[in-house]
Amino acid sequence: MAEETTNQGIPEPEGHSDLIETDYEIGQDNIEAKIGPFGLDIHNPVFLISGLSVVLFVFYSLALPEQAASAFETAKSYVITTFDFFFLSAANIFVLFCLLLIVTPYGSVRLGGADAKPDYGYIGWFAMLFAAGMGIGLLFFGVSEPMSHFSSSLAGTSVGEGGVRTDWAPAGAAGGDEAAAQRLGMAATIFHWGLHPWAIYAVVALALALFSYNKGLPLTLRSAFYPIFGDRVWGWTGHIIDTLAVFATLFGLATSLGFGAEQAASGLTFLFGSGDAAEGTRSFLGITYGNSDESGVANNPALLVLLITGITAIALVSVVRGLDGGVKVLSEINMGLAALLLLFVFFVGGPIFLITLFFDSLAAYFQNIFALSNPFGREDVNFSQGWTSFYWAWWISWSPFVGMFIARVSRGRTVREFVICVLLIPTLVCVLWMTVFGGTALNQVVAEGYEGAKNAALELKLFYMLSQLPLATITSVVGIILVVVFFVTSSDSGSLVIDTITAGGKVDAPVSQRVFWCVFEGAVAIVLLIGGGLASLQAAVIATGLPFTLVLLLMCFAIWKGLVSERRA
Amino acid sequence: MFRKIMTPVDLGHLGDLQKALQVSADLARHYDAEVVYVGVSAAAPSATAHNPAEFKAKLTALANEQAQTHGIKTSADPVACHDPAKDVDDALLKASRDTGADLVVMASHMPSVLDYIWPSNGGKIAEHAKCSVMVVRG
Repeated sequence: MAEETTNQGIPEPEGHSDLIETDYEIGQDNIEAKIGPFGLDIHNPVFLISGLSVVLFVFYSLALPEQAASAFETAKSYVITTFDFFFLSAANIFVLFCLLLIVTPYGSVRLGGADAKPDYGYIGWFAMLFAAGMGIGLLFFGVSEPMSHFSSSLAGTSVGEGGVRTDWAPAGAAGGDEAAAQRLGMAATIFHWGLHPWAIYAVVALALALFSYNKGLPLTLRSAFYPIFGDRVWGWTGHIIDTLAVFATLFGLATSLGFGAEQAASGLTFLFGSGDAAEGTRSFLGITYGNSDESGVANNPALLVLLITGITAIALVSVVRGLDGGVKVLSEINMGLAALLLLFVFFVGGPIFLITLFFDSLAAYFQNIFALSNPFGREDVNFSQGWTSFYWAWWISWSPFVGMFIARVSRGRTVREFVICVLLIPTLVCVLWMTVFGGTALNQVVAEGYEGAKNAALELKLFYMLSQLPLATITSVVGIILVVVFFVTSSDSGSLVIDTITAGGKVDAPVSQRVFWCVFEGAVAIVLLIGGGLASLQAAVIATGLPFTLVLLLMCFAIWKGLVSERRA
Repeated sequence: MFRKIMTPVDLGHLGDLQKALQVSADLARHYDAEVVYVGVSAAAPSATAHNPAEFKAKLTALANEQAQTHGIKTSADPVACHDPAKDVDDALLKASRDTGADLVVMASHMPSVLDYIWPSNGGKIAEHAKCSVMVVRG
């Protein structure tokens, strides 16, 4: 209670750090209540507004599906085509800002005060930030994205009316030259999964960790704006920032959950289904299911609902078991499995070939990074808007969630250590992953003439690639387990983050609240899946990338201001 | 009979703990035992404290205040954990071993149907602690 906490001076934290003096008490706007046997400790009004607005959006997209789809789609395309220069410039600024933090003396500031000890060891820490950050995307796009860029580069450029390029190739393409197309394809993929997305996450995470652990403000998004807005962040300015973050996180997770269930369902019917895809009779567990472009069978929601329920149930166990007993354990299991799969493909795909390709791809990345990240006067409009700008908006709309989670587990690291581990190491891991999976698939096309993975539907590319390697049944099962568990690790960490934000930054709110958010997320995914509207709400989430980009730029400024007042170790 | 009594406290809800605090102080006087007040918190800022050091200071202040009021010997033992909403039981069990307490006196809520699937902190400690546990209903 507030009266217990006032009237006492704030003593020194662990070693020197520069606390922000504010009259705001964490939890002062919270409502504590008991509904039946369930305890409740929620922020007023963030919990209510974000919960209600989520319900309203779901209603809108179900009641007026066409209108909602066209409204959200229009908003999304407007944002990514009109503001492409803004997204590209902002992402470049984030990368430069992070690199700058590594080399300046401020890099030695420690999160949590000069004498704080790291909360987690390197392995657990890294597994958690990676599993929350992009684990699932690696499985979707590890094979498909290098393949897409390779194909479009190989096809060369084509110019439509008014001299605007109509092809989707990156930069100047590589018409007819397989080796050059392969390099360009790898460079473009790594560009989308490398320094830029991780710099986006690092900025948000660093801002939150700094203002929470060193300045003593609550662990919620609004705290990072204290240096800019002052005490107004405790009012409506802050309510809006926090609500927007909850909105983007919840819909981002729910829509991913829906699409992820589709990938897992496709994989399961592809591997273990009975019946014939061509005749449209393929089914799994007696439920007819096909990915419509291959089998002609419309997707039966029953299998998807089963999968989402299963994923949500595992996530529920994980959030109830807590950060150490649930989330961390699952993340480590997942990273272990992913590493095994990576090593397996690495050895059977040709270690010498892949090591060469790794360095070659890294070199291609750095050779092309300036052309690919240039925000102005781009000729490859489809690529820079449809791919890059889309990706940047997507990463940015995820950044409140991933950033909050990374901040939660990063106390005790120095700024330099933090940036190296959140920016540089994940980038290298992504390069390695893309090289091994994408490179093996490309090699199947270029050297072995196997076009299965190239022609397969997006969600099946990984399984077609694996089918050409030994032990395909085992590796495909591992692939499906990875898809499912990566969703669980996003879902549980997402529920923790939403719970913390809607409890006004309290990390010790009753467990029943995180259970509520976890179930709510699964329910929203199922409703959208059955009623239609996954794609349109995903578009709405991507559109939130625009206001958040502005938010992130302000954060860089706030971080700098915050670091200047800290004592360096 | 008892040398060291451990009393878990939630600094954010001292109002609910008055009975347990009184009981532990009375027992301490009776057996001439020391009371160690254990508080569990996360490293992140909470409603109680902005950082672990501040938390420790507040817990120590509580221990000193109890010592003066009741004329007993007291100490404070702050325990940090990553996810207090979940880890509090395990943290308290560990503290009951680390402090070498031979009696735990703690407050607990009124039992409800939910306790069948979701045991209370007091219930869990009473079940798993190696020493005697006295659960004081609020």
